[in-house]
Amino acid sequence: MTHDAVLLLSIIILLTPLLSFLINVFFGGKLGKISGIIGTSILGIDFVMAIVVAFTKLVTYPDIHTIQTRFEWISLGPIKVVIGYGIDNIAAMMLIVVTLISFLVHLFSTEYMSDDRRYPKFYAYLGLFTFSMLGIVIANNFLLMYMFWELVGISSYLLIGFWYEKNSASNAGKKAFITNRIGDLGFFTGIMILYMTYGTFMFDEVFAGISSGVMPFNSPTFLTLAGIGIFLGAMGKSAQWPLHVWLPDAMEGPTPVSALIHAATMVAAGVYLVAKVFAMFTADALTFIAAIGTITAFVSATIAITQVDFKKVLAYSTVSQLGFMIMSLGVGGYTNGFFHLVTHAWFKAALFLAAGSVIHAMHHAMHHMHDHHTDPQDINNMGGLRKTMPWTYRTFLFVTLALSGVPLTSGFLSKDGLLAGTLAYANLTGGWHWIIPVMGFAAAGMTAFYMFRLTIVAFHGEPKTKIASHTHENKSVILIPLIVLSVLSLWFFYSPTPIDGSKGWVHRLVVQPASAVPAAYQWSFLLPEHAGEASPAMHAEGEGHEAAATEELHHEAQPAAHATTHAYLNKFQEESHHFHYIAMFLSVLIAGGAIGLAFMIYQYKVISADKLEARLKFLHTFSLNKWYFDELYQATVIAGTVALSKMLSWFDTYIVDGLVNLSAYITRGFSFITGLFDNHVIDGAVNLIANTTGFVGARLRKVQTGHIQTYLVFVLVGLLVLLYYFSINF
Amino acid sequence: MEIGLTHYLIISAILFSLGMFGIVARKHAIMVLMGLELVLNAANINFIAFARFGGMNIEGHVAAIFVIILAAAEAAVALAIVLNIYQNFRHVNVDEVDQMRD
Repeated sequence: MTHDAVLLLSIIILLTPLLSFLINVFFGGKLGKISGIIGTSILGIDFVMAIVVAFTKLVTYPDIHTIQTRFEWISLGPIKVVIGYGIDNIAAMMLIVVTLISFLVHLFSTEYMSDDRRYPKFYAYLGLFTFSMLGIVIANNFLLMYMFWELVGISSYLLIGFWYEKNSASNAGKKAFITNRIGDLGFFTGIMILYMTYGTFMFDEVFAGISSGVMPFNSPTFLTLAGIGIFLGAMGKSAQWPLHVWLPDAMEGPTPVSALIHAATMVAAGVYLVAKVFAMFTADALTFIAAIGTITAFVSATIAITQVDFKKVLAYSTVSQLGFMIMSLGVGGYTNGFFHLVTHAWFKAALFLAAGSVIHAMHHAMHHMHDHHTDPQDINNMGGLRKTMPWTYRTFLFVTLALSGVPLTSGFLSKDGLLAGTLAYANLTGGWHWIIPVMGFAAAGMTAFYMFRLTIVAFHGEPKTKIASHTHENKSVILIPLIVLSVLSLWFFYSPTPIDGSKGWVHRLVVQPASAVPAAYQWSFLLPEHAGEASPAMHAEGEGHEAAATEELHHEAQPAAHATTHAYLNKFQEESHHFHYIAMFLSVLIAGGAIGLAFMIYQYKVISADKLEARLKFLHTFSLNKWYFDELYQATVIAGTVALSKMLSWFDTYIVDGLVNLSAYITRGFSFITGLFDNHVIDGAVNLIANTTGFVGARLRKVQTGHIQTYLVFVLVGLLVLLYYFSINF
Repeated sequence: MEIGLTHYLIISAILFSLGMFGIVARKHAIMVLMGLELVLNAANINFIAFARFGGMNIEGHVAAIFVIILAAAEAAVALAIVLNIYQNFRHVNVDEVDQMRD
């Protein structure tokens, strides 16, 4: 396939889901149940095309950085807006992730949503969402990225609030949308800083501008700020602390939506964005990113431990895993972060679809028993599902192992590399940065613990309610997606050896782009090796990125910054290899310990969960209430906004309106005086002139006799007068 | 007493005044026209007198002949108007023809 064919096919891939949206939104009422079949088949075709494009890119052109096109969209004199789209290696992989998960979710929903009255509308929204997500994937400029970013926001809003009759669902939709907007504000600011400086939205042109040494407003601080601004957008979409609060609430949406949007694709968009513009982040921006990712991973893992809602546990787990990805990108582990995005997409989608399968079965059982009060999502109402739903259990257990990072799974490969990266980072930079791997490992351990708590409480033991004992395994339409996604979580799809992810094709194809940031503002260990060698002291000092502003280094880094297509080794990757086995050993130990602990507490009840809860009362309450973030925001941001609005309203009513009324009174009074002047003086003068004219006219018209002879007499008299006058004067 | 320019001019002035009187005082349209002819001929006498005494030479003669032609043309047009007035009003009294006033 030629480049043009790849580009043409990508645009078809982008537009196909939009076709599904248009069909379902305009003819959905007539189509009824057929709309699901149409949507699913369209996505199936889309998936096949995505495979073709991705394989062409990854197999035929793996070394070409981006196959892309660009065209002028707006031209207003000196202002030119160039946009375009393109496929690079990570975009090719994302195409497969998005289309396959979307296809499986479409398939799953034909059964899951079959009782819903707005069935065609659901498929329309799914199509719209897939379209917007694919737009993010193939955008090669900030402008298009931002547009599709917002489209994803709106389609996510529509899908979260799909059951808008429920107050909680419509509130969750609003919450998601508004929280995202806060992040998008930062994203927009970042884009504007870059556009004002470099006059372009294209990624590669912006990077070229940065690597040529031009700084926004002549200050590297602003480059850092632009990076943080763009990262704020990613924080919103990828639910990073402190903007993570919307994602757990978004579980109000239908479960397939949670699988598609809030596990695999939309929330991955933030990570994808960070990966896409990775070259422009300065060392300071990367530190910020790493810190946010670490906090997110840790905080949400602690919350997930105590949640009792099946989907909420998975939601906090998603937030935590997204934190891992962001953390990995922040420490410079570009490939590891993206690798984890891909593997996580498969198994988290599988987990959510399994959750959907369980909830669907619970619903059916409740319906059968005419019970409408029990919460079908509360894990304390489940138990013993292992026997009634064997296939759901098997797939769920397998992907739980993958998420916990147990060897032979894809999750092990990616998480292990990621944690090794954090160790390497901490070793290279030192100081407080050691907190990052410590919190990372702690979060990884908690991940294994809460996932097995969930598995054991929901699936093992005896049924805790009658409903749980009356559940039945779902139809194969629901099980097939689960099985497909579980199989994709096996190690051999990614690496020939189950213990080292860096031997696999992902590490070969997803090459860390050379940083465009001048060496003085970048971590030395992220620069290509030959440039890094110039100042070996930097590694020892740790704070080297500030001290290393030598001119020679600056120039030496230039050619490397442009060589984006070739792989190079940097200090970070070397160090990661050193830490690989330590990380592997530690993570297996921690995960194994956590799984064992979960079994002891919930399966064998060696340690009483209740006693533990009573002893750690404070921590338990804190975690159960999600660190009181919602309450905190309610008390500060929301209450503050409301108070400010009230104040502004008061100001409006009394001060602004008062001023307006006052000026109105003054104007009225003035107008009254002017009116008097008009009526009497001006009109009087006008009337006087008119009356005078009328009076004179009335007198003069007597002269107008109509007799030609009279006129002649006048002429004669006038002539005589003139003659007399002239004869006197001349 | 030698006859000079002044005598001619006095004759011309008398003739002009008579003509003017005719135009202004007469009611019959034809009489008005005749007064008009007197006025024109008073002007003619002036032209000829200036040609003889005032140095106008041949131009004075030419102007006089031009006035005679003009008078003939004027008489033709004016008589046509008078005829029309008669057809409309059944009289040619200029005093009563004042419809244009309003």
